[in-house]
Amino acid sequence: MKKILLFILFFLFNVSKAYCLIEVDITRGNLNPLPIAVSPLFSDSDTKQELKNENNISKLGEKISEVVENNLRRTGLFNPLEKNAFLQNPDVAHLKPRFEDWKLIKAQALITGQVKFVDEKLRVEFRLWDVLAAKELMAIAFTTVPENWRRVGHIISDKIYERLTGEKGYFDTRIIYVAEQGPKTQRIKKLAIMDQDSVNTKYLTLGNELVLTPRFNPTNQMVTYLSYFKNLPRVYLLDIETGIQEVVGDFPGMTFAPRFSPDGKKIIMSFAKDGNSDIYTMNLENRIVNRITNHPSIDTSPSYSPDGKFITFNSDRSGFQQIYVMKSDGSNVKRISFGKGLYGTPVWSPRGDLIAFTKLHKGKFYIGVMRTDGSGERLLTENYYQEAPSWSPNGRVLIFYRETKSNSEGKGFSAKLWSIDLTGYNERQVPTETDGSDPSWSSLLSN
Amino acid sequence: MSKSILLSSAFHALIIILTIVTLPFVAKKPLDLPPLISVELIQISDKTNIPFAPKAKKIIEKIKEKEKKLVSEQAPPKKVKKIKPEAIPMPDQKVEKIKQIDDKQNPEVEDTKIKQVSEFEKKEIFDPTNIAALIDKSKENLAETDIKSNKITQSQDKSLNNVGLTLSEEDALKAQIFGCWSIPLGLPYNENLMVRIKLKLKPDGTIIDSEILDHARMNKPGQNFYKVLAESALRAIQLCQPLRVPSTGYERWKDLQLNFDAREMLEG
Repeated sequence: MKKILLFILFFLFNVSKAYCLIEVDITRGNLNPLPIAVSPLFSDSDTKQELKNENNISKLGEKISEVVENNLRRTGLFNPLEKNAFLQNPDVAHLKPRFEDWKLIKAQALITGQVKFVDEKLRVEFRLWDVLAAKELMAIAFTTVPENWRRVGHIISDKIYERLTGEKGYFDTRIIYVAEQGPKTQRIKKLAIMDQDSVNTKYLTLGNELVLTPRFNPTNQMVTYLSYFKNLPRVYLLDIETGIQEVVGDFPGMTFAPRFSPDGKKIIMSFAKDGNSDIYTMNLENRIVNRITNHPSIDTSPSYSPDGKFITFNSDRSGFQQIYVMKSDGSNVKRISFGKGLYGTPVWSPRGDLIAFTKLHKGKFYIGVMRTDGSGERLLTENYYQEAPSWSPNGRVLIFYRETKSNSEGKGFSAKLWSIDLTGYNERQVPTETDGSDPSWSSLLSN
Repeated sequence: MSKSILLSSAFHALIIILTIVTLPFVAKKPLDLPPLISVELIQISDKTNIPFAPKAKKIIEKIKEKEKKLVSEQAPPKKVKKIKPEAIPMPDQKVEKIKQIDDKQNPEVEDTKIKQVSEFEKKEIFDPTNIAALIDKSKENLAETDIKSNKITQSQDKSLNNVGLTLSEEDALKAQIFGCWSIPLGLPYNENLMVRIKLKLKPDGTIIDSEILDHARMNKPGQNFYKVLAESALRAIQLCQPLRVPSTGYERWKDLQLNFDAREMLEG
């Protein structure tokens, strides 16, 4: 009896003790990029020899790790460490990393891997390690043809990015844009496509006709764009994989920025009918055109929300160009931008939480984002002239183009692609072979 | 039979009383008053008044005595007041005069106790050669008082065990972890992703054990963001250790819970 009583007293005493646990709220941290060590992918001598003899590729492991390293660095979220500082050889590190060695060089994550040439196919495996917790986070292997090694690098980057940030990557993607050449008054404009890291550029049109506003289908590798044929705007569909192109339709008056619906079955655009620009959709299966807005003002630049339930567009119905949101049937129109200046080219984020836009205020162009109700407006970048933001498939980065001023002789003009992430700090020029404008980011190829 | 009923009732009553006393949800919640800031008023004159070096004390005593004598011989006292400013010598002269006084009114046992003197008197006997002695002495005194004030008595330590970290202790710990925690920037700001980690700590702040309180959530499908946040928090703790914990009151913070919440940062 006495023992039971003591036990109960002891239990109650401990309960009261447990309540005294001190809690500390950590609500702030740093935004420093995560130090990550990308060890070169190891390959044995036989693999090296076979790859060199049969595919004329040498140092493939190093090349793949370089692709991964560059991808991660460009995000601004990771800081790949200098390879010269690595203390452990790639082959040993891949089997069992000495975490103390990697801690010494301040790495918090480690990527190791191996490349093998088996049955004329490339087998690439990689492992992601948490150095501080001394454990493996992920291990995946891919098999492909050797020519695909760059894509393997991009896919590995996507997997690592997703594991460390929680959101999908955007490396195994492509960017379509309008490649421009020549003086400003006589620009030759071609459709061009490249990998997101500016490699493998291909030109899709010859430059005989003016091309504008190419946009990717979010579900596949189809592109819609606008081209002028005999001075009449035409909307085209282009299959990137097959190269097959078809005319969606000729439209009267000014036609602007055709864009796919999230399911890829419709195109939404604006065109002028009877002198009034409104927003229309076209069903790609039966080519039926449906009018969405009917207002005497100029309504342009429509973009669907990722669930397809809403549309954002810009309109001057308030007297100045502002951003509006409405239901996909055109009802319940609400103005969401109320800041000073003019707002245009709204694009709904693939994540659904933000709308990117271009803003013109006091002679400066800004690329910014706001929540879908118009709150939380943030201007990410300011310049002389920049517009046409397009989201990366994970809704983390925006790509847009920026023009430089030409001098009094008309020289010095250029148009370049730039990217910026949502923090506004990671702004980078996206290299292109020629000048470029109107970029559009594809969805992940490996989906 | 009746004995066992009585025993049982007494036993139940005891449990109920103990429950009321100890369990937090039974006890009345205290009023949500802002925390009291305790201010201790201390006598600082012994710190701010620089004590004199032994030599200076001796001189002061002698001057005082001399003045007393002068006052008694040359009454009325008004005249003494007039003489006093004239008696203030230049530093060079003063040394000589003091020596003379020493010779005349020799020798007195040096008083070890420091006497409080007026500012006027201090000026009178200012001696540049004594500056070092004055400063050194004051330092010693201050150091002694500091050591005394930093010592925590057993009773104080016990009382500290029952309270949380002080604001400054909490701030020091937070500031350290802020520096170590790389927030995964891709996380959504509009989801509840708070990660609670319970730590067992050594007295030097190194971590014996860390446990994510909602560990099951990490492995649930669709909880990638939570998993990423939890892993980043664990990395931060590993990177930061030994944690900047208070030097005393180990019992109070040996078990610590850190709540990592990035919403404030992600919202911008």
